[in-house]
Parts: sequence; C-alpha cells; structure tokens
Amino acid sequence: MAEQAHPPKTNRSILHSIAFRNVAYQLLLAAALIFLGWYLYYNINENLDRQNIATGWSFLSEPAGFDISESIIPFDSSQTFARIFAAGVLNTLHIAFVGIFLATLLGVIMGIARVSRNWLVSKLASAYVEICRNVPVVLHVIFWSSIIRLLPHPRQALEPFNGAFISNRGLMLPFPVDNVLYPWVAFTLVLGIGGALIFTRWARYRREHTGQYIAVFWPSTSITIGLPLLVWALGGAPLSWDYPELKGFNYQGGISLSPEYIALLIGITVYTGAFIAEIVRSGIESIHRGQIEASRALGLRHSFIMRYITIPQALRVIVPPTASQYLSLTKNSSLGVLIGYPDLVNIGNTSLNQTGQAVEAIAIMMLVYLTISLTISILMNFYNKLVAIRER
Amino acid sequence: MRKLLMAAALVAFAGNILIGTEPALAADGPTLTAIKKRGELICGVHQGRYGFAIADKKGKWKGLDVDICKAVAAAVLGDGNKVKYIPLGSVQRFPALQSGQVDMLSRTTTITLTRDSALGLNFGPPTFYTGTGFMVRKKLGITKVDQLDGAAICVFPGSTTEKNIAALFKSKGMKMTPVVIENSKELVSAYMAGRCDVLAMDQAGLPGHQQYDAKTPSDHVILDGVYSKEPLAVGVRADDDQWFDITKWVVHALFNAEEWGITQANVDKMKASKDPNVTRLLGATGNLGKKIGLGKSWAYDAIKAVGNYGEVYDRNWGPPLNLARGVNKLWTKGGLMYGFPMK
Repeated sequence: MAEQAHPPKTNRSILHSIAFRNVAYQLLLAAALIFLGWYLYYNINENLDRQNIATGWSFLSEPAGFDISESIIPFDSSQTFARIFAAGVLNTLHIAFVGIFLATLLGVIMGIARVSRNWLVSKLASAYVEICRNVPVVLHVIFWSSIIRLLPHPRQALEPFNGAFISNRGLMLPFPVDNVLYPWVAFTLVLGIGGALIFTRWARYRREHTGQYIAVFWPSTSITIGLPLLVWALGGAPLSWDYPELKGFNYQGGISLSPEYIALLIGITVYTGAFIAEIVRSGIESIHRGQIEASRALGLRHSFIMRYITIPQALRVIVPPTASQYLSLTKNSSLGVLIGYPDLVNIGNTSLNQTGQAVEAIAIMMLVYLTISLTISILMNFYNKLVAIRER
Repeated sequence: MRKLLMAAALVAFAGNILIGTEPALAADGPTLTAIKKRGELICGVHQGRYGFAIADKKGKWKGLDVDICKAVAAAVLGDGNKVKYIPLGSVQRFPALQSGQVDMLSRTTTITLTRDSALGLNFGPPTFYTGTGFMVRKKLGITKVDQLDGAAICVFPGSTTEKNIAALFKSKGMKMTPVVIENSKELVSAYMAGRCDVLAMDQAGLPGHQQYDAKTPSDHVILDGVYSKEPLAVGVRADDDQWFDITKWVVHALFNAEEWGITQANVDKMKASKDPNVTRLLGATGNLGKKIGLGKSWAYDAIKAVGNYGEVYDRNWGPPLNLARGVNKLWTKGGLMYGFPMK
C-alpha cells in the first residue's frame, strides 16, 4: 500500500518532465552554440592580434585599385572595394541565373529524350548523361575554356551570320539600338504574360468544372508575343542594329560574351543538366504505367497525357532534388576563379590579397553564398508547395 | 622600482664579469628553435617562375629565391640542402607565412607599406629589383606601352602588377581588359593561345616564359621599360626579431661577399685573407654569428652553399634567360645592391 501512495520518486522528478526536457535541451544546445560562436570569434581576434594583423571593415570604403574584365554595373579601379564586391556578386548571380535556366531546359529535354521510344534519341540522351555527370565539373570548365582558346584570333574571326563574330575573344553579337518605344514593348510583354496566365487559370477552372477541354498553348503564346509585337508594329517598327566592329585589338559595339563567361556557363550547364535529366527521367518513370495505359485506353492523345497526367505527378518527385542541383550550380560558378571569370570568389581572392583582410573577405563570400542558397531554397520550397499534390 | 631593477642589472653584470662568462644574449627565438629542432628550414617559394623558383624534371628546385632559402638554411643548419620548399600561390603566400606553415617567404614578394604593416610581416633587404613589364606578340608591331589602348591583358590575381596596370592605364587615359587567372600555367597558356594581347608581370618573369613557354620565342617581344617599383625581398613574421635579423644578415653577407671578392670556389682560401672585414665575415676572427644566434661559420656556410650574390644572379639569370643585371648590380658598379657593415 505504501508503494501505491508513493509511486517511484523518479517519475515525479522535474528532470523527467517532458515540458522541462523540451525547454532544457533547447537551452543547452543554444548555450553550446553561443559558446562555440563566441569562442571562434575570440580565437580569431586573439590570433590576429598576436600576429599584428589589422582587422575591420574599413577597407571596404577604400579604392580597390584594380580593374575587372566584365561587370554589369560600371566599375573603375578608383571605386571602392564594396563596389567591386557588389560587381562580383552580380556576376555570380548573372551566371547562376542564366546557368539555372539553361540547365533546366537542357535537363528537361534530355530527361524526356531518355524515356523516348525512339532508340537513337534515348541512346544519345543516355550517352550525354553518362559522359557529363561522370566527369568532374572542374574538368568541364577547363575543357571548354581550352576549346575556346583554340578558336581563331579576332582578325580571322568566324562570322556565322552577318555581324556575329566568334573568336578566342568570345562571341560578339549585334544588339538593337535603344529606342523610346522599347520600354512600352517591354511593358506590353509583361501585360501579355499576365494575360496568358489569367487565361490558363480560367481554362483550368472551366476544365475542372465542366470537363470541357480548352487548348491553352497557342492562345497564350499569341497573347504573350502578339501584344508587344502589335505595339512595336504600330509604333512604326523601329529597329536598327549596333554591329560589332574590329577596332584596334578587339571588337567594339554590339554585345559581347567573354570566353570565360561562355566556358564557365557551358561547363556548369552541361554538368548540372545531366543531373537534372536524370531527375526528370526518374520523375517520369515514377508514374505507374497503368495510369498511362488507362489514359490511352480512353483515347487521350500523347501530349495530353504528358501535360495533364504525367507531368503534374512527376513534378512532385522532380522539384525537391532539382532545387539542390540549383544550389550546387550556383556554388560551382565559383570555379570561374580557375579560368578568369570575375565572379565573387575571383574578386574576393584578389581583394583579400591586396588588403590582407582574409577573414573579412572570406566572411563576405560565405555570407553571400549563404544568402543566395537560402533564397533559392525558399523559392523552390514555395514552388514545391504549388505543385505538390493537394490532399482533398 | 626602477632603481631596484637597475641595481639588479648591475649585480647581474658584475656577476657575469666575476664569473667570467660573456654577456648573455637573448635565448633563441621561436622560429630558430623550431628550425633547429626540425633540422630543416621550410621556405615558401613561387610555384614556378623561371629565374626565381622552378622545379626541374627531377623535382629539384632552382632559382634566385631558392638560392636565398639555401643560403639561410646553410647559415642556420650548416647544410644548404636542408630545405623543404613549399610552392605557394600569390593568394596563399601571406596566410601561409602568418600561420607559421613556412618559416620564411622567398617568393617574388614586393615590399609594400600595407604588407609590412597590416599583414604583420617584416621584409629583409631587397634581393631583386624589378618592375611591371609587358610582353606582346611581335607581329602586332607594338614598341611602346602607349599603343596598348583597348588591349586584353593577362595578369596574376592579387599581385601588385594588377594595381600597377590599372593605375598606369588610367593615368594615360587608356582602356584595357584584365584577364585574371589564379594559376600561373593557365595564365601564361591563355596568353600564348592568344586570349590576351599582352602578358604583364614583373619584367624579370617575362624572359622565362618567352624562352620556355612560347612555341617560337622570337615571336614575342618584351617592351622596354618597367612601370612600377618592385623591390622583391624575403618576408618573415613580425613577431620574431631574431629570425628577422638572421634572414636580413644572410642576404647582406651575400652582397658583401661579392663586394669583397669571396666566391664559392675561393671561400676556404679567403678565410686566411688579410682583410679583417673578410675574416670577420667568414668567422675566422671574432664571432658575429653568435650575436644573431648562429654558429661561427654561418656566413662561410651560406657562401659555400650558393656563392656570393653575383654568382647567384649569374647562375639563375645567365643563359638562356640572359637578363641584364641593371639595377641589381652592386652599388660599387652603379647598382642598388649594398651590403651593410658586418661588424
């Protein structure tokens, strides 16, 4: 009886209370983390002091004193380190953004080609995937960089069509000369895209409620392209081109893509594209054959099956691993340092060496990559929520 | 308190005289202690620049910077071969020295105010004077820097060259595109493949690339003139004064040896020289070495290992590079190399 009146003491102890444990473990972990952070900070400062190395962020407002080969924002060697870092970040974002777009395009095409019933197409796609994903990305980048160096000199540049030049100085293309009408064309393009989106939603709503199928592709494409084209044509169709011309050492005018940019872009695109192709293939193959056979039995067309049955279900398998491919592509763009593309790491390294502010420069690089990666993750998680199959 | 210290010092001094020991010198600094214990000097050198530091097919390092490492190793350990060479990129070199990965940096490093102060380093006497130079393809017909407007220039990252070119072109109101590649081999091959019109680096680096990396060396020309001051020197950490003294005075010993006619071949004979400067340097009289924590024969060992400065220069910059000594001659011959008094 006495035991019943006094259940084992330990059960009552605060140490065994779930609420207490929940809080206590978190507090302990937080304390350990704070201590670790403080210890690292203290250690770095202590060591820098001992070695008489100056620290601080004041170098960011000093003139950089060196030039960079390409930059989206105008840059001049008398401007500050802060600005050159910004130029580096923009170069990284630029190549990462274009790289993600192209790698996705390439990956989706190759992924679909791999499951194609055409023997040649599927084998070619398999060959691409196996070759490209089994070669380290560093080699991809260096390989393309060497290939571009083998191209002729600017004076003997190849001219695939009038005004475009390919040489070992990169790709030079004609570019339309700016006109007052162009902002309006851009504006109507945005309107067109908006209109196409609304139309697609409406078509879907109707389909889901009435079962009536409305073709979406052609109407929305013509809204997107037609509207700006109409504005442009009504405005008198102004178009004049700025052609690149050989002046002195190199081509001037038009737009140019540097060999470093092209090599890095191709390198990281084909590498990541191979991984995305595999992800797309596995996504498509995750759909049970029975579903597709059933759809065919109903007499649905192949494109309809892809668009409304296979892809929506495959996306939920495809999106999460693709997000991590985007992250690795962004980080792989730091290989620009090997071939001379002025990305964040390249500029960070030079700044680090000019100023000796190693800890600060590396902290900036880490912070920027962390921010970019987290942003991509958030966007992809958001997209994943959109395409995920909703439980009803 | 001060009086008390003075008294203590006096007592100690008197004690020294009474007991008959020599005045005590500071104990070995951390760097010297570590090297002696290890039995090997760790020297940071360039990954590969002809004339300064280049590993041959058997992996043996050669070059002026390498010879300075050997001279220091000989002075400290009595053997010029007890050196471990760590090839360093221009970005890694300072962290490697600061963190203690290398004992000294003998790697075409320009002395600048920032490096001397903010990086926590000390630099010895310059072992080589050079400046930014330019190499171009001969068929472009360029003879002057003023004709380089709009050129693409291959340049190493983080080097003083990068800043010099930016400043030079800005001052002349000219434009250029820098192509910045970390790896020196990649950079030079980018120039050779025609990615850049110009290869820019310390002028002394250019003859090597012209001779060894170009398919036909005569297709390239090095433009006249240097466009910056690049005094290259040995760098050490600022926290060890004694080690700084050692590296500094080994270099001065090599300058003085050339001035006084001491060579690798005659160094034994010169021990019996009538010139007190010579005998003091070689340790035949007095004991200069002890003052910097080394043995009596420190300078003798250094000269025996690599010869005097002139011999080091000729060995590394003679044929096929054939770089004229110019300002790197002794001061007695109109150059800048000036050995400080060894007393």
